[in-house]
Amino acid sequence: MITVVDYGRGNLFSLGQALGALDLRFRFTDKADELAGREIIILPGVGAFGDAMEQLRRGGLDEAIVKAAAGGARILGICLGMQLLATRSKEFGDHEGLNLIAGEVRRLPDPAPRTPDPCRIPNIGWRRTTLGGGFAAAVDLDDAPYFYFVHSFSFYCADPADLAGTIDVNGTNVAAIVGRGNIWGFQFHPEKSGQAGLTLLDRVLRAGSL
Amino acid sequence: MPAIRTIVRLDIKGENVIKGVHLEGLRVVGKPAEMAHKYYAQGADELLYMDAVASLYGRNNILHIVEEAARDIFVPMTVGGGLRTLEDIKAVLRSGADKVAINTAAVNRPAFLREAAETFGSQCIVLSVEAVRRGPGHWEAMTDNGRERAGRNVEDWVREAQEIGIGEILLTSVDREGTKLGFDTELIKRVSDAVTVPVIVSGGAGSAAHVADMITTTRAEAVACASIHHYDLCTVDDVKTAIAKSGFEVRP
Repeated sequence: MITVVDYGRGNLFSLGQALGALDLRFRFTDKADELAGREIIILPGVGAFGDAMEQLRRGGLDEAIVKAAAGGARILGICLGMQLLATRSKEFGDHEGLNLIAGEVRRLPDPAPRTPDPCRIPNIGWRRTTLGGGFAAAVDLDDAPYFYFVHSFSFYCADPADLAGTIDVNGTNVAAIVGRGNIWGFQFHPEKSGQAGLTLLDRVLRAGSL
Repeated sequence: MPAIRTIVRLDIKGENVIKGVHLEGLRVVGKPAEMAHKYYAQGADELLYMDAVASLYGRNNILHIVEEAARDIFVPMTVGGGLRTLEDIKAVLRSGADKVAINTAAVNRPAFLREAAETFGSQCIVLSVEAVRRGPGHWEAMTDNGRERAGRNVEDWVREAQEIGIGEILLTSVDREGTKLGFDTELIKRVSDAVTVPVIVSGGAGSAAHVADMITTTRAEAVACASIHHYDLCTVDDVKTAIAKSGFEVRP
């Protein structure tokens, strides 16, 4: 059973449809005590970092997620949900994150002046994602699938070993997938990434590849 | 340059997909669910739903169409037409949309864009611009599906909107819309140069070659076509193939 954290800041409908299409059993919850002892917890998210953390704290969800992670639950953050796993974020101020994977959230690199055909920010669209060898093997996917991204900020891992997939944004490798132990994050939206996204979700959630 | 996005635009009136010329003279071309599935199967990178009459009559009848599509179509969806309150946006996003396109309400009260961006994040707020050429190098923004004059210079307006905090621009040339005569490349270049956020180009495609030529000339990174797909002149894949042949990356 998959538990999806509902804190009012995610496109839960689409994620639910994708999980349903894969015949994966799931439920939404906004209650901290319902996260205890869960096997898999998905933390979705769209919007601003500071506001999202505030929503999590309001219901004690932040502590419940950290506690579940310490107890061995597999945590998957999606889009802003992935960024919330970081130590801190510089999005409109300085905010503390869940600190499940050491790193900082900062704005994506702007293109150098007069760069021909730059990647415009926000980075919106399908990006060819380079998967780390270990991750590509674990999920048994082509090593450069296209996933759908929509973001202006990015997760900068403190330990490069936590970077499991990257995209190129204005000449810089930007985190597409982060992972450490039982904690994982996708910057892109697998539920909006066509068949590649569905296959990834299926491999990651069903087979327990992570 | 990132992969070029090939988007299909579905203008909705009531229960039907409609198509006009210059956003007028609307003709029914099919059913939303059927068409959306066809384009998803053809490899559309995104679907754009525009409620053609909501702005005029103040209704939002598009929610159930989007919700239906989101059940088994797993690509991003943008919805526009008559969205004027934060509640409207919330309802659309809850139905499975990823982004909202706003025109009339933003022109009437630009602060609405700021409120929307602060509430939902700028990445999901798309400024919809309906441009009409008024003279050499001058385009005026229109509201209410191209019917009313906003009295705003398009370049000034997109700059201001970017400053306020939008995440993307949907640029429709009303002059070319539905004509299949090709794109207004000068307009596209002007707007692309005026802002740093992504621009989705719409209005004028009559063939896959039109799209490829437009991208070669303007370096636009996203295109939303309607007529060529609705009238079966070419598939999404035909457009992607033409773009790729011109040397640009597309999602296979």
